[in-house]
Parts: sequence; structure tokens; C-alpha cells
Amino acid sequence: MSEREVLELLRENARYSTADIARMTDLDESEVATAIDDLEAAGVVQGYQAVVDWDELEEERVRAEVELNVRLDRETGYDDIAERLARFPEVTALRLVSGDYDFDMEVEGDSIREVSQFISEKVAPVPEITQTVTHYVMTSYKENGIEFGDGEEDDRLSFSP
Amino acid sequence: MPLDLSDRVQTVPPSGIRRFFEIAEERDDVISLGVGEPDFATPWAARDAAIASLEVGKTSYTANRGKRELRERIADYVADGFDLEYDPADEIIVTAGASEAVDLAFRALVDPGDTVAIAQPSYISYEPGVIFAGGEVCSVPTSKADEFTLTVEALESAGADEADLLVLCYPNNPTGAVMSEAELEPIAEFAREHDLTVLSDEIYAELTYNGSHTSIATLEGMRERTIVFNGFSKAHAMTGLRLGYALGPPKAINAMNKIHQYTMLSAPTTAQHAAIEALDSCDEEVREMVAQYDRRRQFVLSRFREIGLDVFEAKGAFYCFPEVPDGWTAEEFAEGVLREEGVAVVPGDVFGAGGEGHLRVSYATGLNDLREALDRIETFVEEHV
Repeated sequence: MSEREVLELLRENARYSTADIARMTDLDESEVATAIDDLEAAGVVQGYQAVVDWDELEEERVRAEVELNVRLDRETGYDDIAERLARFPEVTALRLVSGDYDFDMEVEGDSIREVSQFISEKVAPVPEITQTVTHYVMTSYKENGIEFGDGEEDDRLSFSP
Repeated sequence: MPLDLSDRVQTVPPSGIRRFFEIAEERDDVISLGVGEPDFATPWAARDAAIASLEVGKTSYTANRGKRELRERIADYVADGFDLEYDPADEIIVTAGASEAVDLAFRALVDPGDTVAIAQPSYISYEPGVIFAGGEVCSVPTSKADEFTLTVEALESAGADEADLLVLCYPNNPTGAVMSEAELEPIAEFAREHDLTVLSDEIYAELTYNGSHTSIATLEGMRERTIVFNGFSKAHAMTGLRLGYALGPPKAINAMNKIHQYTMLSAPTTAQHAAIEALDSCDEEVREMVAQYDRRRQFVLSRFREIGLDVFEAKGAFYCFPEVPDGWTAEEFAEGVLREEGVAVVPGDVFGAGGEGHLRVSYATGLNDLREALDRIETFVEEHV
């Protein structure tokens, strides 16, 4: 169970130090370090990234959610198409989903033009892809479990009984 | 002077932390570990229920004792969680915060000249409450040596055998101490032997870590002489909604209701709707908040040990109670960290006998702020101790 607890804390804030996590879980620092190593080695933890609110940054960053429909044949399966798409650096997330379309793809670029060009020139021509529907992200309110906002002030009294 | 204030009001000194407010206001980077309320918002379902009740215009008084539906839910909640069996008809009263319930009990049970023993350090309102009711206070100090639990020896040496009432607050504000069934048993025996009525403030019952909460009212022969207080402020993060309750024998609850109906009439209606929903569907949120407090508790205790301040292993509520270094008073230390490092903590002596030389540190604050605040306290200790 301690591995699960360590994982939850890393999900909460990957920058907690092993010492911080040890303090919170009653484990030794070395046990925490081992648990993290094991989680990484087993491929449970695949990486650590910052959660960014691009709206707070001056420069433009364009993101889009793209619905993809594909047609499979005897030689080509979902995994083959996914492998090909995932290789593009513009694709930040790719998931096979149930419902009206097959893949849910997240794309990032520096401008709408760049993202549009990528989809029309690199994605749409993939022979198995039969349809793309692109949704540009206008505002992001929550990413990776973190709500974006102005950082609400703590207006509680500094002292209370 | 045209206004002649009552002696009772004049007897009570202003709060010991008032001066600290002014210092805190001089800086804009203060991290407050001085707060006695959750930093979480009330669970959404409870807020929704409050909003919905307003939308359909449920804004009139309720029954004096509180909505029957809420009292039934409270009866189920305390029975399931704490083995407390009370009849919603005449053994439960819903009040404007547990504070009102405590005040009602003092006014219903204390005659001028009666003595109320208070296990201290504890929540700061008991003592003034006794004085406003015309009673006299007998302080019963607890100490770190006894893990801030109340002992019969402490009761005897304070002369509590002569008292009429005994006030307990476990899990404790400000120490975070809890009392197990084995530790409560001799206290119950003392109360029976000396015919004491016990007022047991259990508002932090849900915030008991590594173990379950025992109410003194569940011990043999105690139900008929105990009034239990609880409420929605702490575990359900509803401080501003002002909703508490008392459980006790009909004689006491009826007497408290008599005062309540002439003063408050009924607890806030909107809050009662929120509370019904909180008990119906917010268990998951409560569990999650308790888990978060527990992590912070372990973090804070461990940090204080690293900093080199002796700290007692708090097992309940959301406070820990470190000792200040030798040569310092709690007030000097608290003022120092506030002025120099911008960290607000409360000197333990504010909470009465037994609190001297300690600080109340609340961890009802996010981990990032806790980490920063403890780093600052470490800096202060390195520079001055």
C-alpha cells in the first residue's frame, strides 16, 4: 500500500522531495526512494511534467483536440496507426476511445496556422484516416487534476479559536 | 458613565491573541498557522443543498430543536460512528454552531457560585462561558508528561472533586491529544463518584488518526450525566454555516432548548439543509479531507523534530503543540516568528493552564504553505536559539 501512497503524493506534486514524502507517509527516506525507483522501473511512472496554464503566458500557444476516424484492413490495426501518429512531436496525447470516433488526439503548436497545417498535411493524408474533426482549445480550466484560476486568496482570519 | 457594563462582562479579559492580529496586519506575506478552521470548502453536495433550499424559498424558522429530518440523520450518524444512541425527539438539539450548544449548557446547568472544572489547555470559550453564566472556573492543567490527557491525579490536585461540572475537549484544541477508552474510564469513575456532570466537546471526533474516537458518554453510568457537543464546522468544513448540536438526557436538552427558543429560536435554516446533505452524501469528501490532514500532521510533526523543537505526538484535530526552546516564553517566540519570519502561530498559554511554553500550530493549511512556514521557523530557530 505504501507504493500507492507514494504514487498519490507524486501525482499531487511531483516536486515533493523524498524527504517530504517520507515525512508525510511515515516511511524512511530510503524506502520512499526505493518505491519511486521501482515505480519508474516498472513503467508505472512514465515521466514528470509541469502542469502549465498557457493563458498565463504572454506568448501564444495553440492546442487542439482532434477526433480521428480510421478504417482498418487486414494488415493494419489500431496499434499500427497509433504508432505512426504518436511519433509526431506535435502530438502530445493520443488515446483510443469508444464512441463516435476512434482516436482522441491532442496537438500543440505555436499558431493556429501551424496546427492546421500539421493536421492537413501530416495527419489527414495517413491512408487509414477517414475523417478528422479539430477542436481548438479556447480556455483551459483544469489540467491533470489541477484547477486553474487566479489563486484564490485565503481570506480566513490569521488567528481564530 | 451612562453605560454600566455588567461585572461578568468586565471580568472576562480580551482575547490573548488580539495583539497578534495587529502585528500580522503589518506584513503582507504572513503564512498563518494560527487558524482553527479547515482550509477546504464545504463539500459541493452540501453547498448545492443549501442553494436549492434558498431557491425554493425555504427560509423560515425551523422547529426550535432543529429540523426533525436533521435530528434523525444526526442520531444515525453518531450511532454509526461513535456508538452514541440518542432519540431525535428529545435528546438532540441543533444549534448555531457547537459554541452555542456549549453556552446553552452552561446557562442551563450553572448557578451563580457553581464551580466548573475545565481540563486545560482547551478551546478558549469555555472559561468566559462559565463566567457569563455566573459560575466559577476550576482549571485542571494537563501536561506533556501525560500526553495532555486528563488524569484523576490532576483532577484531585486541582480540587475538581468539589466541582459541579467538568468540561472535556478530546480530540483536543489546541494540543491534538485524544483520550482512549482506558484513559477515560477513571475520569468517568471520578465523575460518578463526585457526582459531576460532564460536558464533552467532541467537535473534532471525526479527526482522530490511527484509531477510533471514544465518547465518555458511552462508558457505564455516564450517559445520564453527560452532554456531548459536536457540529459540522470541522469535519464537514462548514465553519461559516454555523451549525452544531448537543446530545444529552431529555432533562438537559429540554432546559437548553428553553434558552435557545428565547434567544436563537432556531439554527440557520439554510445551514440545516446543507447539513442533511452533508450527512447523506459527503462521507467520501470527509474521508479525503481527514486523509489530507493526516499527511500534513505527519509532515509537521516530523519537521518540528528536525528543527529541534520538542513536539508531542498529536493524534487528533488539526493542531500540533510544539514546545518553545528553553529561555523563551511562548508569547515571545510566537511574536518573534511573526515579526521576523511572517509565520503566525498561537502561544499555548492563551488556552489556559498547562499551555505555557507551547505553541498551537494549525495544519489546516496547504502543504506548500506548511513547508514554507516550517522552513521559516527553522530559520528563526537557527538565528536565535
